[in-house]
Amino acid sequence: MSTLNKIELALAGAMLAVAPWIIDAAPYESTMGLVQKIFYFHMPAAWLFLLAAIIAGTASAMFLFGKKRDMDGWALAAAELAVVFGIITLVTGPLWARKAWGIWWVWDARLTSSLILWMIFVAYLLLRRYGGPGSDKLGAGMALFGLANVPFIFVSVNVWRTLHPQTSVVPTLPVQMGGPLWFCITAFFLLFLALLSMRARLERQRVRIEDLYLAEDEA
Amino acid sequence: MKGFFRVAWLVVRKDMMVEARSLEVVSTTLFFALTVVLVFAFGLVREGTPVGDVSAAILWIATAFSGTLALGRTFERERQADTLRALMLAPADRPAIYAGKLAGMLLLMALVELVLVPLVGLLFQAPIVAYPWHLAALLLAGTTGFAAVGTLFAAMLVRARSRDVMLPILLYPITVPVMIAGVRGTAAIFQGTPDPDLARFWIALLLFFDVVFVTLALWTFEPVMTE
Repeated sequence: MSTLNKIELALAGAMLAVAPWIIDAAPYESTMGLVQKIFYFHMPAAWLFLLAAIIAGTASAMFLFGKKRDMDGWALAAAELAVVFGIITLVTGPLWARKAWGIWWVWDARLTSSLILWMIFVAYLLLRRYGGPGSDKLGAGMALFGLANVPFIFVSVNVWRTLHPQTSVVPTLPVQMGGPLWFCITAFFLLFLALLSMRARLERQRVRIEDLYLAEDEA
Repeated sequence: MKGFFRVAWLVVRKDMMVEARSLEVVSTTLFFALTVVLVFAFGLVREGTPVGDVSAAILWIATAFSGTLALGRTFERERQADTLRALMLAPADRPAIYAGKLAGMLLLMALVELVLVPLVGLLFQAPIVAYPWHLAALLLAGTTGFAAVGTLFAAMLVRARSRDVMLPILLYPITVPVMIAGVRGTAAIFQGTPDPDLARFWIALLLFFDVVFVTLALWTFEPVMTE
């Protein structure tokens, strides 16, 4: 663990520890009340989910076409984080929707796209885990295709759904709630950075050990 | 450029010749497609009439399922005899080999669809002749998108462990836009008051998907197939 990672983790930990008080102090949303507070965790998780997906896809492209082996570690780390933050997003979303819309799940463009993107990265991890030798390249292809697919999923689900009446519209967030929200986003982002670089480092070292084993066998 | 099409054509011809002699993939895939449609019929037909506008969905699900089966079988055959390695060793452009494989796959799936479409029309009272060109365009563009991604993934997975289960796991999430566009586009021309303009929108989306993913696949095939 590098010094930077330690600082990031310490800061994120401290910020997340005081986050409940800050969220508690934020103004009450008039129509939704208490349930709105879930947004302070839902939104950062959703943003980082998308960021992780973009990093995984880009790193995979660089690994495939640029022949940069280290990039595979970054792609794997980002894909794992995409699944983690994706599950946070997909769990907190319906919890809010149950109270606000009265139903757990709506086949809304954003919800459906998130679910499919999450499934793409779960499939990626399954491939990495059970695909056997050579699955790093296959995974890179999958991540690249997954990322390229995002606009198509969004457009298709959007058109498919807007043919039907919308059940509800997400209200826009009042400005005075911005402070606590940005606080949480920063905390989550620091945690994300620390986890990403630590996991990528772990993967690089695993590859190095594997190379050493192979060299040993050949010698 | 001439070399590219020649290699692609040779790969198609080889695949068709092997298939014509054994009929393995065509016959099994066709029968499987028939089974899928029947399973849906038993699940969705109530008192002689199908519930809702399910015919478009059944057509596309049957196409996707049998396409997955065909993709798996085609590349399994290449693996067993280790002929894919020979193909890769040939002094030919890798993208041209991919293009040939894709064309062969499209021919195969087109054959299956030629049987599937009348079957769905017959069993689910779908108006398949109302807008024949729209339907043909939807099927062609949709199948191209599905097969473009499928051929690449099936080829990549030849060397992987647990490839049989991996192919659908990887392929279905990626081809969600194809399924949505195909089903909604087909439903638009199958419904009571057909909406050909909506179908045209979905055809355009599918064509766009095809262009992006065929390009990406041609581009990715070389690095992923290099050992």
